Amino acid sequence: MRIDDLPLKYRMLLRTYPWRRIEPVPCARLRVPLEEARVALVTSAGLVAAGTDAFDLGMRGGDPSFRLIDDDTPVSALTVHHRSAAFERRDLEADLNVAFPREVLHAAVTGRVVGKVAARHLSFMGSITAPGRLIRETAPAAASLLVEDGVDIALLVPV
Amino acid sequence: MSLVASVLEARGIATVMLSALPQVSRRLAAPRTLEVPFGLGTPMGPALDRQVQARVMAEALAMTAETAVPLSRPWRG
Repeated sequence: MRIDDLPLKYRMLLRTYPWRRIEPVPCARLRVPLEEARVALVTSAGLVAAGTDAFDLGMRGGDPSFRLIDDDTPVSALTVHHRSAAFERRDLEADLNVAFPREVLHAAVTGRVVGKVAARHLSFMGSITAPGRLIRETAPAAASLLVEDGVDIALLVPV
Repeated sequence: MSLVASVLEARGIATVMLSALPQVSRRLAAPRTLEVPFGLGTPMGPALDRQVQARVMAEALAMTAETAVPLSRPWRG
């Protein structure tokens, strides 16, 4: 998809979006063969499991917090809280795997593409225009939890 | 998401990010990015198309073995 394919409102937003990148780009070497690796999902669909707090959709600069999604959480207990209207929700509502590919990941384990599915996955809110706290606090805290869970690979799925 | 990817990599977790907007994601320089030909909201492919979704998953995961970062390339399908 090209930027020119987006509605005018989003083309304008992307022109002024305060892009941030971390330099030098860090690189982790995969410590185990792919077929033995434990994989976690990281979605930016703002998924929230029943019984956990919703994201703050009104927070200036975007809510930098994250939610843990236990791998065995039923689909019926998950709701999408993403604040952006830029993407099509019909497919996501019909099949959560388009942005949170848990069934697809389990099938990859069954097919021996990778070794294991992590016990917990991460859910962030997208469209964080002020990512200071994300970089300093919440993403490092999320990373610590994945390290604790012995995760080797994270598949990031932005919507 | 590219910022989260970089933080995870710094902690030893190999990452790969999907991107439906390569013009944007290339500027962000996530460590590894698979550029997918689907619209916003469906980075893994069409709803309920498990064959396509499995191919996206397999190709993305295979990229984690690569260490020459930042790496961004189109999905081969």
